[in-house]
Amino acid sequence: MKNKFLKIIAILVLGSAVFTACKPKNSSDATVGDAEKAYVAPGKFDEFYNFVSGGFSGQLSVYGLPSGRLFRVIPVFSVDPEKGWGYSEETKPMLNTSHGFVPWDDLHHTEMSQTNGEVDGRWVFGNANNTPRIARIDLKTFKTAEIIELPNSGGNHSSPFITENTEYVVAGTRFSVPADYSDGDVAINTYKENFKGHISFVKVGKKGEMDLAFQIVTPGVNFDLSHAGKGKSHGWFFFSCYNTEQANTLLEVNASQKDKDFIMAVNWKKAEEYIKAGKGIKQKARYAHNTWDEKTHTAKSEIKTDVLVLDAAALKDICYMIPCPKSPHGCDVDPTGEYIVGSGKLAALIPVFSFDKLMGAIKDKKFDGNYGGINVIKYEAALHGEVQKPGLGPLHTEFDGKGNAYTTFFVSSEVVKWDIKSLKVLDRVPTYYSVGHLCIPGGDSKKPFGKYLVAYNKITKDRYLPTGPELAQSAQIFDISGDKMKLILDFPTIGEPHYAQAAPADLIRNNGQLKFYKIGENNHPFVAKGEKEAKVTRQGNQVHVYMTSIRSHFAPDNIEGIKLGDEVYFHVTNLEQDWDVPHGFAVKGADNGELLIMPGETATLKWIPKKVGIFPMYCTDFCSALHQEMQGYIRVSPTGSSVPLTWSVGTNLPKTK
Amino acid sequence: MKSSKISMVSKVILLVVSILFIGSLFVPMWQIELEAPQYPEGLVLKLHANKIGGDVEIINGLNHYIGMATLHTENFFEFTALPYIFGGFAVISLLLIFVAKRKAVLAFFISYILFVVLAAIDFYRWNYEYGHNLDPNAAIKVPGMAYQPPLIGYKQLLNFGAYSIPDIGGWFLIACGLLLFFIVFKEYNLFTKKKI
Repeated sequence: MKNKFLKIIAILVLGSAVFTACKPKNSSDATVGDAEKAYVAPGKFDEFYNFVSGGFSGQLSVYGLPSGRLFRVIPVFSVDPEKGWGYSEETKPMLNTSHGFVPWDDLHHTEMSQTNGEVDGRWVFGNANNTPRIARIDLKTFKTAEIIELPNSGGNHSSPFITENTEYVVAGTRFSVPADYSDGDVAINTYKENFKGHISFVKVGKKGEMDLAFQIVTPGVNFDLSHAGKGKSHGWFFFSCYNTEQANTLLEVNASQKDKDFIMAVNWKKAEEYIKAGKGIKQKARYAHNTWDEKTHTAKSEIKTDVLVLDAAALKDICYMIPCPKSPHGCDVDPTGEYIVGSGKLAALIPVFSFDKLMGAIKDKKFDGNYGGINVIKYEAALHGEVQKPGLGPLHTEFDGKGNAYTTFFVSSEVVKWDIKSLKVLDRVPTYYSVGHLCIPGGDSKKPFGKYLVAYNKITKDRYLPTGPELAQSAQIFDISGDKMKLILDFPTIGEPHYAQAAPADLIRNNGQLKFYKIGENNHPFVAKGEKEAKVTRQGNQVHVYMTSIRSHFAPDNIEGIKLGDEVYFHVTNLEQDWDVPHGFAVKGADNGELLIMPGETATLKWIPKKVGIFPMYCTDFCSALHQEMQGYIRVSPTGSSVPLTWSVGTNLPKTK
Repeated sequence: MKSSKISMVSKVILLVVSILFIGSLFVPMWQIELEAPQYPEGLVLKLHANKIGGDVEIINGLNHYIGMATLHTENFFEFTALPYIFGGFAVISLLLIFVAKRKAVLAFFISYILFVVLAAIDFYRWNYEYGHNLDPNAAIKVPGMAYQPPLIGYKQLLNFGAYSIPDIGGWFLIACGLLLFFIVFKEYNLFTKKKI
């Protein structure tokens, strides 16, 4: 044990020495930047949409490139009282899981749907890293349309990466855990015997609908990141994994022992064949599948109870382990599909594997034993070559489609450009500070658009005005159109940005985006399609208010006859049929969020009044010149009061003598 | 040339006029474009022979601020009558080919011009009615302000700029007038008169 600690100290001392050597002397001398390249004049559009993970915010943010302007934060895995996400009755089922309603998660990676390996602008997927799930966000509405939970998993990190025609979106378990179909009540230090890894393949249908097609069970390790093969390597998926030491405590040390961990190559076409041949074992599971219905404006949560599992150790030709130095993190495939780049977090080199050589090695059985029953390929047999001395702490790699790769280095805080074939380092630029992920528009697809590179940094220190102990995280945009990378802008982000995707603006703008919902197609069970349908009904202690909103009044806006002990449901329909005319709804004292209701939509706020009196309600979204007049009153009487239930708009006038 | 029978060319033109009258039934005749800071993409009212089209619902939604009455096709008898009138014009144009008398064409031309004048007066009357007959309880009341759109051309109405111009059908009708005028001119030898 003492020996190990000495080693760590040595590594730390060495690491910090190199870190100090590599650290730029002063951030301000690095650049004034080519700021005009990031300038998008007022009223002009950006060239790219940038879909950025919100990390521990659980949300997905939408920025413009190259301006770095924030357009929207789409609520995904975390509640958002501002938009009523997780607060309105309709959205609550979206956050349902086998553990019940989960109000928060950690969204790490985004991946846009592809056709023929090219970004197609239909959907963007996001992963939940805490309670394992995948979400699909519809880019016609910029709304989370579907969330599927993943059984047998802990920490879905190597997700939501997709195959080149969006056949599958994958998930992997970061924390191997005992399978849900085995007894989980075991001693933690029995990791090696009882803990298993599960890789999930979620089928994506024509309309985006997700279905957990099968899982592959593996020995217990930590799966970290993944990317699909493309072109010639279509049909394969590559997952990096660490903790092949199978440690269950102090992973910092105990999972950093081996010189090499693995990139697991998965032949998913072969797996499909095995599923067809009935080799999948149906295992009991419990996982939620939540879908949003645009016609009823309501989510539905369904609990599924089984999953097909393939055993990687028993079915020898699905999975192969490629040794990869020092706890690989990023696992990135170049646009041709030939080169697979593994980034060992603790390595001082970048290994690049060749798909052709990998196929040759499998064919000629160039194996170096097995890991938990899975064949291990000889390192050199699959290796294209190593990038020597690229920097310290390589994490992620993206591509520009011109034969160059760009890798981020957390420890040495830089982005390094290198040639994929020759493995020569071409350029390096510092980042401020400690870059994690990076994004080039289309940079993990067959057709990168190049032009810009965005680095997502973990530490900002002196880059912005300080805001106390908690500082902004940031993105930095580099112009990569020339030989040298040039910093053109940096800007703070929401949450903690991990992976991001970007696509040309026209691809998203012209995808048939919705401007408003047609009121005629609104099938919400409590819709009021006009003021004539506005009413209040009582069933026992449940009161349903069928309310309408249109500039600039609610109907009804006077309600009497509510009593303590009642549960009041405001079903508010926005009657507007024009773009950009949302209405909001809030009521005093509600232990709930607000509603933001888009034109033609119906949303429901539950309110349990706790005091007798008059309660104001109002429109929260400045809708018109008479927005401040868009308000009303609700009278709450004591339990057992004889005040009759009445409602009205415009007619409840003072009594004339 | 002294014959009152019209020429072959005029007959062909009459056929064209007839087709234009029919055509005008299927496309909007008039449009009122509205622009405001909140509507950079613009709003437009399209007046067809038989209905009001375009962003009529949105405009109706906005009208309540100033107390202007909402627009509904069924409130205008014109939208019932106009299709018959234009259909009638088309039939008359066709008949004139067979009647083939220049006097008859002249009579039709004069009555058409009369119709156009009456229609313009009617349009002005409605514009005036809608622009002035405002709900006294309206939220926005600007003393002395009326919201009458221009008969033709541009006018600023509070935050909205209104631009009233013919649409495709309107151009068809204008073409009909010009073509009829041409026939009359030609058949009465007005092109050559001065030389005699």
